[in-house]
Amino acid sequence: MSTTLTPVLSRTWDQPDSFTLAAYEREGGYRAMRTAFGMEPDAIVQAVKDSGLRGRGGAGFPTGMKWGFLPPSSPNPRYLVVNADESEPGTCKDIPLMLANPHVLVEGVIISSYAIRSNHAFIYVRGEVLHVIRRLQQAVAEAYEAGYLGKDILGTGYDLELVVHTGAGAYICGEETALLDSLEGYRGQPRLKPPFPAVAGLYGGPTVINNVESIASVPSIVANGADWFASMGTEKSKGFGIFSLSGHVTRPGQYEAPLGITLRELLDMAGGVRKGHRLKFWTPGGSSTPLFTDEHLDVPLDFESVGAAGSMLGTRALQIFDETTCVVRAVQRWSEFYAHESCGKCTPCREGTYWYKQVFKRLEAGQGTEEDLQTLLDLSDNILGRSFCALGDGATSPVTSSIKLFRDEYIAHFTQGGCPFDPAKSTVWAGEQ
Amino acid sequence: MSYAPETLAQLERDAKEIIARYPKPRSALLPMLHLVQSVDGHITSDGVEFCAEQLGITPAQVTGVATFYTMYKHDRVGEYHVGVCTNTLCAVMGGDQIWDELSEHVGVGHDEATEDGRISLERIECNAACDFAPVMTVNWEFFDNMTPEKAKKLVDDLRAGKEVAPTRGPNSVCTWKQASRILAGFPDGRAGEGPQAGEPTLVGLELAKQRGWEAPPADAARPEPDDPAAGSQTRGDIHK
Ligand SMILES: Cc1cc2nc3c(=O)[nH]c(=O)nc-3n(C[C@H](O)[C@H](O)[C@H](O)COP(=O)(O)O)c2cc1C
Ligand code: SF4
Ligand code: FES
Repeated sequence: MSTTLTPVLSRTWDQPDSFTLAAYEREGGYRAMRTAFGMEPDAIVQAVKDSGLRGRGGAGFPTGMKWGFLPPSSPNPRYLVVNADESEPGTCKDIPLMLANPHVLVEGVIISSYAIRSNHAFIYVRGEVLHVIRRLQQAVAEAYEAGYLGKDILGTGYDLELVVHTGAGAYICGEETALLDSLEGYRGQPRLKPPFPAVAGLYGGPTVINNVESIASVPSIVANGADWFASMGTEKSKGFGIFSLSGHVTRPGQYEAPLGITLRELLDMAGGVRKGHRLKFWTPGGSSTPLFTDEHLDVPLDFESVGAAGSMLGTRALQIFDETTCVVRAVQRWSEFYAHESCGKCTPCREGTYWYKQVFKRLEAGQGTEEDLQTLLDLSDNILGRSFCALGDGATSPVTSSIKLFRDEYIAHFTQGGCPFDPAKSTVWAGEQ
Repeated sequence: MSYAPETLAQLERDAKEIIARYPKPRSALLPMLHLVQSVDGHITSDGVEFCAEQLGITPAQVTGVATFYTMYKHDRVGEYHVGVCTNTLCAVMGGDQIWDELSEHVGVGHDEATEDGRISLERIECNAACDFAPVMTVNWEFFDNMTPEKAKKLVDDLRAGKEVAPTRGPNSVCTWKQASRILAGFPDGRAGEGPQAGEPTLVGLELAKQRGWEAPPADAARPEPDDPAAGSQTRGDIHK
């Protein structure tokens, strides 16, 4: 084992005033912006392409390539929209990033907007995180005051308006086209693609949508070089990323490391699974990514390797569950989440997640049959690949993977006429009494 | 609309400011719904009518949007709206037990408020704080690493009018209506209060410092247009 942590985004988080403009500039913040203003916009796009940065919001699409899809000229204004909706269960990296250092995101927005020649940018932040919203509002206000936003930034002739827009509680608004509808003041429902947002996005104009961490990584690429970024990570998954460990681990939290680190290495850094227990199952990238077990401890956590092992890197939301956890209960709760969050636009997802919920109720209560397992798999077949957006596909991940990995445990629920687990044993305070 | 003239005048000033932020007025709808909640506590027919009028759309269009999003409330909300995360990870770590005990203690269920209007409860979805599980919120401020005992004491304190401080937030929680105003985009000047990070946020960084782990040095000989003397010396740079 040789992978070490590489704090870049998290490097200043331990300073008590890390969220202020003064602290950010003390540490060299907003210098990359000045460097960028001395570059041709296309050269910045090229640098981001060369760095190999891939979207940190889950899908891993190459960021520079996405920027390159914008038409060279268009009658409509171009927009940059930052996806700060962070709502995928298990995902908890963007929120602490924005709380501790909103300015790195603001600087990323300025450089990225300049690179794609946009004069209007938005940060769409979920609403249920009040203090993060305060910090974003303050950072944007400070950047305006310092002359980093607004008209004729630092005498360059470049103008940029940045608006912090607060959502109102809807997981689906993290889906990029639903986000655009929501930002336009409508119900957040996905749009048909194509046209892709790069061609017709916000108000029909060419639009780039990127995750918080993607945009926040841009200043480091401009400051340190594309080769520097590409020197970290694996062949096709370059750079660093924030890995979020939660659940039954000794030291849950944020670990910034090169892509390709393994869960075994991360668990070692986090003090292992909580004392006296062992790993049962985990999500590599949030609840929408198929479950892994202790057989997957050495899978390099990069896009290709996790994919080849049958799951997805997603948002690097590593939710760790030990042997006290009932997998049926876990998947039931996620299924209820998807049913609750399904936007209702398409039938496979709307109906399928509703039926998931009904079947799981029976199963967890010990009233299911083997036929119910088949029903779950059939429902999954009807949702996967037939849904309008990736929410539906994601809903099937925990269901099909858990049946595959833990069929016996499902069956035990109905042979024993109920859940064989004691939920009290899984709690943080179990064993403390 | 039955708003008092001065309330209406203030609402109109605020709405104008919100609308001015956007290239197209309709984008102002979500913040404006937060705004009317900051006055009425929940979405009322007055609030719907106000939004419709300001944006030149129909009340039905406003209602169609307001009913889509869970943060817009259609019934009375407590002065302190208390959320318990019962998504899988928090639920397993103890959120389910917290919910059961708290709901019984307060005597109300999901999306219900107490008679005195002080407290309402909601089972919330993952709030992007799983490394602090089990997680609660009060008026969307973070209350991390909760237990059933802490949860009950928190609500008792809120009912008794005591000042209560979030784990990662300002020095005290504001009211539901004040929180809604921030969501509408009107800061309350308290961004500087409270910690920059919680303990789990820093575990990786602290370990890296202990072990002397850093990201590699910057590419050699990068031009630094604003500081030619610095040469390749970008090591002190925040982005390293
Ligand atoms: C249901 C659903 C929810 C999503 N939620 C988020 C989110 O909260 N944040 C995010 O950045 N991407 C989210 N995405 C992915 C976005 O659609 C999009 O791929 C991403 O924002 C692009 O940015 P990136 O290329 O920088 O990763 C979600 C996708 C789906 C289908
Ligand atoms: S898959 Fe689900 S969330 Fe996506 S459009 Fe269909 S109903 Fe809506
Ligand atoms: S599951 Fe509760 S905050 Fe993520």
